[in-house]
Amino acid sequence: MQIALPFSFRDRRPGRVLPGFGLTGGFTLFYLCLIVLIPLSAIFLNTFTMSWEGFVKAATSDRVMASYRLTFGAALLAAALNVVFGTLVAWVLERYDFAGKKLIDALVDLPFALPTAVAGIALTALYAPNGWIGSQLEPLGLKVAFTPLGVIVAMTFIGLPFVVRTVQPVLQEADREFEEAAASLGANRLQVFLRVILPAILPALLTGFALAFARASGEYGSVIFIAGNMPMVSEITPLLIVTQLEQYDYAGATAIAMVMLLTAFAVLLAINLLQAWTRRRSLAPEA
Amino acid sequence: MSSSTTALPALRPVAGRLDQAPSALAEPRWVRRLLITIALAFLALFLFMPLAAVFAEALRKGWDAYLAAIVEPDALSAIRLTLLTAAIAVPLNLVFGVCAAWFIAKFEFRCKSLLITLIDLPFSVSPVISGLIFVLLFGAHGWLGPWLQEHDIRILFAVPGIVLATVFVTFPFIARELIPLMQSQGTEEEEAAVVLGASGWQTFRHVTLPNIKWGLLYGVILCNARAMGEFGAVSVVSGHIRGETNTMPLHVEILYNEYNFAAAFAVASLLALLALATLALKSYIEWRDGQAALPQLRQES
Repeated sequence: MQIALPFSFRDRRPGRVLPGFGLTGGFTLFYLCLIVLIPLSAIFLNTFTMSWEGFVKAATSDRVMASYRLTFGAALLAAALNVVFGTLVAWVLERYDFAGKKLIDALVDLPFALPTAVAGIALTALYAPNGWIGSQLEPLGLKVAFTPLGVIVAMTFIGLPFVVRTVQPVLQEADREFEEAAASLGANRLQVFLRVILPAILPALLTGFALAFARASGEYGSVIFIAGNMPMVSEITPLLIVTQLEQYDYAGATAIAMVMLLTAFAVLLAINLLQAWTRRRSLAPEA
Repeated sequence: MSSSTTALPALRPVAGRLDQAPSALAEPRWVRRLLITIALAFLALFLFMPLAAVFAEALRKGWDAYLAAIVEPDALSAIRLTLLTAAIAVPLNLVFGVCAAWFIAKFEFRCKSLLITLIDLPFSVSPVISGLIFVLLFGAHGWLGPWLQEHDIRILFAVPGIVLATVFVTFPFIARELIPLMQSQGTEEEEAAVVLGASGWQTFRHVTLPNIKWGLLYGVILCNARAMGEFGAVSVVSGHIRGETNTMPLHVEILYNEYNFAAAFAVASLLALLALATLALKSYIEWRDGQAALPQLRQES
C-alpha cells in the first residue's frame, strides 16, 4: 500500500503530488505581468490612442522609410553573410582538428558576452580610416566605418554566434552513415555536401538566419558608433526612435517602435514554425 | 610460393579500400587547409581583432593613463552603479527563473507553450524599445508620470529606471536555462522526497537544487554579463547624468563622444575582461556538466 500510494496519485492527478503549484504559478504570472506584459502593453495602448493617419504619417515618413531600408536590408545581408561563414565555422569546428580549436570554439560566443557598446567602439577603431583594417581598405577605395557598409559589419559581428550555434549540434549528431552510403554509391564530396549534408542542416540554417536577422534588426549599441548616423543614409531605425524621444515626440517614437515590434513578432512566429517543422522532420522516417 | 602469389592480388583491393574509406568521407588535405584558413580569417576579422583592438587602444597612452581613467571619480561611480544594478537585477530574475521553471517543469496545465513564449519575449524586443516602454510608463507625459511627480518619486532618469530596464532585458536568461533542464529531469525524485515526508522547501533544497546547480550557475553568469553590459535600454532611461545615472557602458559612450578614446577603451577593457571571464566560466561549466546536458544559447537580443 505504501508503494502503491504515489502511483495512484500520479495516475489521477498528474504532477500535483508536489507542492508549490499555486505559489510558483502565482509568482511567475505576477512577475511576468509586472515586468514584461504591462510595460509592453504601453506601446500597443499608446498606438491605439493615435489616429490612423497620424500613425501612418509617423511610421512612414521619408526619413523613417530610409531607416527601415537600411536596418532591414543590412540585417538581411549580415544574416546571409553569417549563414555562409557561420556554416563554414561550424563545419571546421565540428569536423576538423587544428591547434587552438577549443579556445576558438569558446570565443565564438564573444558577441553574446561582450557589451554592445564595447563591440561598437572596437569595430569603429578597427574599420576607421586610421584603424588596423580600415587603413588597409582605404587605398582600395573601400570605406567601411561611417557608411552603410559599417552597419553591415557591426550586424555581422552581433549575429555571428547564432548560425554557428544552431548548425553545430546538427552536424555533431548527423548520422554519417548517409554520407558513407552516398559516397559508396559514387557521389563525390561536393555532391555529398549539397545532396546529403545541406538538406540535413537546412532547418537549423534557416533558424540561425532568422535569429541573426532578428537580433541585427533591433541592434543599437554596436551599430551607432560605426554607422556615422547620417539621416537618410546611415541612420538605423532604433536610433531614430531615440532621436524622436529626445525631441519629446512620444507618438512618433511609439509608431516606429510598433512597426519594429510587429516585425520582430513575425520573425519570432517564423522561428517557432521552423522549429516545429524541424521536430516533425526529425520524427518522420527518412524520405 | 604459388599460394603466396595468388594471395597477394586478393589482399591488395582490400588494403586499397581501407585506404580509400576515410578519404571518401573526408575532403582532400588542401581543401581542409583552405576551409580552416577561410574560417579563421573570417573569425579574425570579425572577432579576434575587435577584441585585441579594445586592449591595444586602452593601453595606447600607457599604464598610468589606463589606471587614471579607471580610478577617476566618474568612472568609479559608473562601476558602482553597474555593480548595484546587477546585484538587484540578477537575484530578482534568479528567484523568478527558479519559480517559473518549477511551475512549468513540475506541473501540467494548459497554455504552457504560450507561457514559455511570453517568458522569451524580451529577447525579441529591440533594446531601445525595452527602454521606450518605461519612458511611456514613467515619463513626464507617461501614464504614471504626473502621479509620480506629485509624490516626488523619481524613476526615469534615476537608478530605479535603470534597474527596471535591466531587469526587463535580462528577464528570460535564468528561466530559459532552467526550464528545459528541469523538464528533462522529470518529477520522480521530488515525488519520492515528498512521499517520504519532506516539505516543499526541503525537497527543493536537497533534491532539486543539487540537480540544477550547474544550469543555475550558467544562467546566472549569462544574466550577469548582460545586466552589466546592457546599453540600448539603459541609455534610453538613464538621462546620462555624469556621476549619478551613468553605468559603465554609458560612461564608455560619453568618453568616446568626447574624443577621450584612451579613457573610453580603458573602461571598455574592464567590460571586455568581464566578457572573457564569463566565457571562461561558461566553458568550465559546460565541460563540468557534460556538453550534452546543457541547451545551447539561442535567441538573445
